[in-house]
Formats: sequence, C-alpha cells, structure tokens
Amino acid sequence: MLLQQLVNGLTLGAVYTLIALSFSLVMGILGILNIAIAELFMIGGFLGFAAIAAGLPLPAAVAVGMAGAAAIAFLIEKIAYQPLRDAPLITPLLSTLGVSIILQNVATNVWGSDPLQLPAEWFDRRFQLGPVSIGAMQLVVIGVTVALVALLAYLVQRTSVGRALRAVAENRDIARLLGVSASRITLLAFMLSGALAGAAGVMISLHYAAITPYVGVETGLKAIAVMVVGGVTRIFGALIAGPLIGIVEVLTVAYGGSQVRDLVVYGLMILILLLRPQGILGGARTDLGQRV
Amino acid sequence: MSTYYAGLFADVGILLLGALSVYVILATGQLSLGNAGFMGIGAYLASYLTVTLQWPLTAALVAAALACGAIGIIVGFPALRLRGIYLAMATLGFGEMVRSFFLNFEPMGGSGGFHGMTHVSLGTIWLWAGGVLLAVLVLERSRLWLELRAVHDDETAAGLVGLDTTLTKVGAFGFGAAIAAIAGGLFAHHHVYIEPANFGFERSIEFVLAVILGGSTVGPGALVGAMLIVMLPEWLRVVADWRLAAFGAFLILVLLTRRQGILDRPLLARLAFRRSAA
Amino acid sequence: MRAIAPQPLLDLANVSKMFGGVSALSDVSIRIPEGRIVGVIGPNGAGKTTLFNVVTGAFRASSGAVTFADEPITHWPSYRIARAGIARTFQNIRLFASMTVFEHLLVAQPHQGAGIRRFLPARRADPEAWRRAEEALAFFGLAAYRDRIAASLPYGIQRKVEMARALTARPRLLLLDEPVAGMNHDEAAELRTLLRQLQDRGLTILSIEHDMAFVMTLCEMLYVLDFGVLIAEGSPAEIRSNPVVIDAYLGSEA
Repeated sequence: MLLQQLVNGLTLGAVYTLIALSFSLVMGILGILNIAIAELFMIGGFLGFAAIAAGLPLPAAVAVGMAGAAAIAFLIEKIAYQPLRDAPLITPLLSTLGVSIILQNVATNVWGSDPLQLPAEWFDRRFQLGPVSIGAMQLVVIGVTVALVALLAYLVQRTSVGRALRAVAENRDIARLLGVSASRITLLAFMLSGALAGAAGVMISLHYAAITPYVGVETGLKAIAVMVVGGVTRIFGALIAGPLIGIVEVLTVAYGGSQVRDLVVYGLMILILLLRPQGILGGARTDLGQRV
Repeated sequence: MSTYYAGLFADVGILLLGALSVYVILATGQLSLGNAGFMGIGAYLASYLTVTLQWPLTAALVAAALACGAIGIIVGFPALRLRGIYLAMATLGFGEMVRSFFLNFEPMGGSGGFHGMTHVSLGTIWLWAGGVLLAVLVLERSRLWLELRAVHDDETAAGLVGLDTTLTKVGAFGFGAAIAAIAGGLFAHHHVYIEPANFGFERSIEFVLAVILGGSTVGPGALVGAMLIVMLPEWLRVVADWRLAAFGAFLILVLLTRRQGILDRPLLARLAFRRSAA
Repeated sequence: MRAIAPQPLLDLANVSKMFGGVSALSDVSIRIPEGRIVGVIGPNGAGKTTLFNVVTGAFRASSGAVTFADEPITHWPSYRIARAGIARTFQNIRLFASMTVFEHLLVAQPHQGAGIRRFLPARRADPEAWRRAEEALAFFGLAAYRDRIAASLPYGIQRKVEMARALTARPRLLLLDEPVAGMNHDEAAELRTLLRQLQDRGLTILSIEHDMAFVMTLCEMLYVLDFGVLIAEGSPAEIRSNPVVIDAYLGSEA
C-alpha cells in the first residue's frame, strides 16, 4: 500500500528533520559536528518518557525533553566546545563524543538497557482516511514537528536573535563588528539545537512506542545523512531532505527488504557530497582558492 | 599469561593496527570516519580465503591488504573533492555502506555472520601489529613523510613547492586501507566469528579515538592510544557501572589539557634525551 | 637564439579569470623577459594576486594561454608548474605549521630524490638536496634557527624562511607577493640588494607591490592592473607620468 507507506515515511522523516535541524544549527554556525546531539536526542526521549510515566500530559513531556536536552547542551558548550573553539575540527568532534559516551552510560545506568514501552492504549487510536490509516501518535509527531519548525523559522527569519544567528553563521568577524556577541550566539545555537534534539527524542519514542539507550547512534547517523542531503549550510534544507529520506527508507524496506535501506540512504548522502560540492559545501574548490 | 590478559593484548594489537590505518591518512590532513569499512572488507576477504579457499593465513592477509589498498585508492580519488568535516561525513557514509553491504551479502552469511576460521595466536597478531608499527616508524623518518606533513600543514603551499598532493593523499588512503584490512583479517581469525555489526561506526570512531588520545602527530601515539582504550576500562573497574562515563570524562580531560594527544614530538624528544643521558 | 624578439620566459596571452559572473582578470597579456625584474601594481582588488594564482596553477584561467619557457602551462597542476621552475611567496606568509626551518628547505626540493629513494630518510634519499638546504640556511643567515619550528619565529625571520623555501628549489622565475609589506626601510633595502644579487645569478622576478618607492627603484618594467584590466605598462618613469595610472590610484582613494 503505497499511500500508507508514504504516511509512515513522513512520520519517520519528521523525526529526522528535527534531528537534522539540530545538527545543522551547530554545523551551519560553527562548522563542527556535535556528535553528542545523537545522545541528547536519546536523553530527550527518556526524559519525555519519565514525564509521561509520572503522569504528565504529552505537551509537558515534550517540554521536559526539550528543556532537559537544552540544559545538557548548555553544559556541552561550556565544557566540551568553548575551551576548544580554536582547535582543529576533529577535537570538538571527539570531545562531544566523550559527552556521548557519558550520556549513554548514564542512560543505561538510570533506565536500564532494555527498551521501555509506552502505554499501548496511546497507540490504539487510529483514524481512517480513505485507504490510509493514521495513528493518533503519527499525527502528533507530524503536528509537533511542523509547529517546532514553524517556530524555529520564525525565530531565525524574523527576530533580532535570528538575525544575529545568521550574521554569525555568515561571518563571525563581521558579526562582531556589528556588535553581535559571537560567544552568546554560539551558546544559544547549542541550546536551541539541544532543545530540537530533545523534542525529536520524545517524538521517536512516540513513533516506535518504545525507547532504548541505543536509539541515538543509529538515528543520529541517519540524521547526519539527512542534513547533508538537505545542504549543510542551508539550515532549512532538512525540511525537504527529512521527509525524503524517511519516505525513501520506508519504501526500500517495503519493496527491497529492510537491509538495503542503509545502503540507499548513505549512498545518497555520498552522492550528494560528491556531485553537488559547490551547492552543499559552499564551494569546495573556490574555497580552496580563496585561501591562497 | 592468563587467557584473560592474552585476549586484552590481542585487542590492543588489532586496535593498534586500526589506529595506524587512521594515522597514516590523518598524516595528510584527511580525517576518515570509515576505516571500519576497510577493516570489514579485509576481515571478510581474509576469512573467505582461509576458510573457503584454504589459503594459509599469511597469504590471505597479504591478499586482503593488497585488495583493500586498491579499494582505498579508489575511495581516495573522490575523497580529494572533499575536505575537513565533509570528508569525515562521506567516509562515515562509506563505512555504513560497507556494513550494510555485508548485512545483505548472503554468500558470507549476511546478518548471521561468518565463521570457520582457525584461531590465530597472540604472537602472530603482534608480529603483524609490531611489524606494521615498525614500518610506519621507519616511514616517519623518510623524505616521503616530510612531503606528507607538508600536505597536512598546507595543501596549497605544498602544491606550489612542487609536491604532487593528489598522489600523496590518494596513496595515504590506499596505505591506510591496507593496514585496516590486516586489522580486519586478524580480528576475524582472533574471534573466529565475524558479523557486520563488528565493523560499524563505533569501530571507526575507536580507531580515531586511539590516534587522537595517544597523540596524532607521532606513530607511537597510536600504540599508547590503543593501550589506553583497551586497558583503561579494565583499570576503571573500581567504578563498576560508571566506567564508560569515567572513560568519557578522561577523554574530554585529555582533549582539554593536551589537544595534540598524550605523545607529541617535543615529548618524544625529551624522553629520548633522558634515555641517552642516563 | 633567435634574432628577432626572443621568446619571453613567461608569456600570458589574453588571460581572463571569472568567478561566477564576476571577472577578476580580463584579457590580460603580459610578457616577462628572462633575467628581468618586473613589477605588477594596482589598487586593492585589481586582480594582482589572482594573476599569481593563475600563473602558479592555483586557479585555472577561464580563457587565454600561459606559456612558461616555451611550455604551455595553462592547464598544468600547480606541482608541475612549480617543478618547471616557478616559485612564489605569499602576501600573508604561508609556512608549514609543524616544520622546522631546515625541513622547509628540504621539502621544497621535490624534483630531486624521486621514486623509491623517497622511502629513505631525507638525508640518504637526496644528499644533494640536503647540501643545498644547508647552503640556503647559511646564505639567508638562518643557521641559528635551523631546528626551530619556523611558524614560531619572529615575522621578519618567517619572511626569510619563506623566501629561502622558494629559492632552494632553484626556480627560474620567482613570484613575490608584496615582499616588503611590514618591513622597515632598512629591511626593504636589504631585500632589494638580495633581489639584485639573485638577478645577477640569472633569476627572473615578478613582484606585486604596494610600496611605490620600492617598486620604482627595484623594477625595470611595470604592469598596472585596475579592476582586472591591464591599464598601462612601461618603465617606472613612464608609469609615474601616465595620466591613466594616476587616475586609477586617485579614483580608488577618493
């Protein structure tokens, strides 16, 4: 059933979009890969789960996941990025990896390594739309994603904070001349990115109806592919790439067997990196030349 | 030596090879997050040769290294178009594709894995690991390595003083891939069972970690890093369930205080001086 | 030797370079005779450094031809151009961050010691290169800094290292990108003496320079670029009195 698969792909793609936006907020502004985002996403999922288990309503659970992940992102910026901001790119990549290892260890110790299940009755409610059956939770995932993306778009495009973010992304030195505090904006980018990852974590637990400490690596890596396909320097490229990868993935599982899907997704990512270097790298070759 | 420690030392030897495979590529300024992919190809190829074709291990390892070296060169050419974090992401994608390929490759067991290899002794592992380390240390004193460092430091300037940067970078990829293949072949014959999940992203990251922790500018750094990564979690058993967190904290601490890693050229020079003075 | 108009060492014929839709060089033709010191001047953004990048192969010309010592080098990769005998220095010094002064001088002689010998230690791989590096060290008065990391040395010394690196390769043509930037009067005078010395040994020099006093006293011939277009050429005296040049400079400062 093609239409049904498209809806499922769209839900998964919504989660990818959120994490990819999370990656590209930091990447677009600082040019570094914050690997810990994958685990922030996982932690966000667990915090949301804990909130639900404590009887809080869903919106509150999303808020808890976002706030918790943003708070950890604050610490990451202060401890693992700020002191290393003038180091080669690989150094913050590995220091945030150190954070990932810690976060995963904490999650396994606190919540155990077995998957935690969300209450089944949440997932019973389904709506029939012609031939397509949509779960209530699928609607929630898509709805929350659309709302968050709209909020982020408003923040980045319309507010003074957003202008500052874009200025720093464009050129740090010029931003400083314009009176924008690059270090404050950097911190803000980390926290916004963390909040998005946290929200995505809550969404993935709604998508799979369960959460494990290992969800971060697999989904996180996939989100990096989504960010690349959407265009690393264009923050909102993920809006197209997220649903695209989600649908491609669900379709390859449906028609090609579940094992080929990673081959297709990462193959697509490498192709984009290689074939559209100007568009996506912001000009690999010319960049090289301009340094001369 | 107890079997327990023998197992740990085998892990150190294999990780040392993996770390060296990242090290020689990094020496040209290219960060590969996909060397577990080369390792996986080497592991499957060597196992196929010894189990199915009944080749002796040495011949199988050499063949795997050569084949993977060629694949490394093929990967190295498109890699020229990318640099920095983009290259890292593309190699990450390559590694995941290789893993995914073996997951689907039923002739070698697919997701069920592959077995039937005969167990390799600790001595053989270290013969290879020590031999490759020695070769890298010798290479580090060579004219060629000076050229690698020039490409690493400033690729444009290296080209403008007459160094063929393309050849250097692609060659390093091939050499690194060959070393990773040896690591994979030994891994397969040490564990006598392999599955695609052995060669995922975490393995690639472990290699990079060993190099960066131990010291990314000197060959012996890979040895120090490999030992730390295998042994540290063992030594941290006192903190029981929290040893991985402790390891993560240690990693961040090293990066914050010595971002070039534990060993670097000045430190090695000081150690050498003290030894000759004593 | 041909009797009529000997081939110049470097010949740029109608070279243009476009970036996207913007033209950084348009239809530039320059001829550098062997053994001369030639200057390229022009306001900021006139395309002087782009010109160097096209000659050294860092950029590829969008159209036109570059010929060096009768070889068509327009599409050569930069390492081949360097080996053919063109060396350069940079406007903002570019040294190899991890290397000592001596290593800079060694690594810049790649066309020797090729092939399998490269696997040997540098001294054994190419004793000749080693000897020449020692020579250059002495010639530039850098012996005291032999094993220091070059990038950690004072600015003036770094400039010398860069110049020494360019020259140990024994180029036929040396491209200098603002060689006296940041130098005081005495240092500039010292450099002028050095360049004259090199010229006497047969080296051809093409220099970009902002310091007019330096250019006028050093170069025998000048080309003036403005917005990527060659607006004048001639002896320093001719350039000084050329109204087009005066306009370009005054215009850019207004």
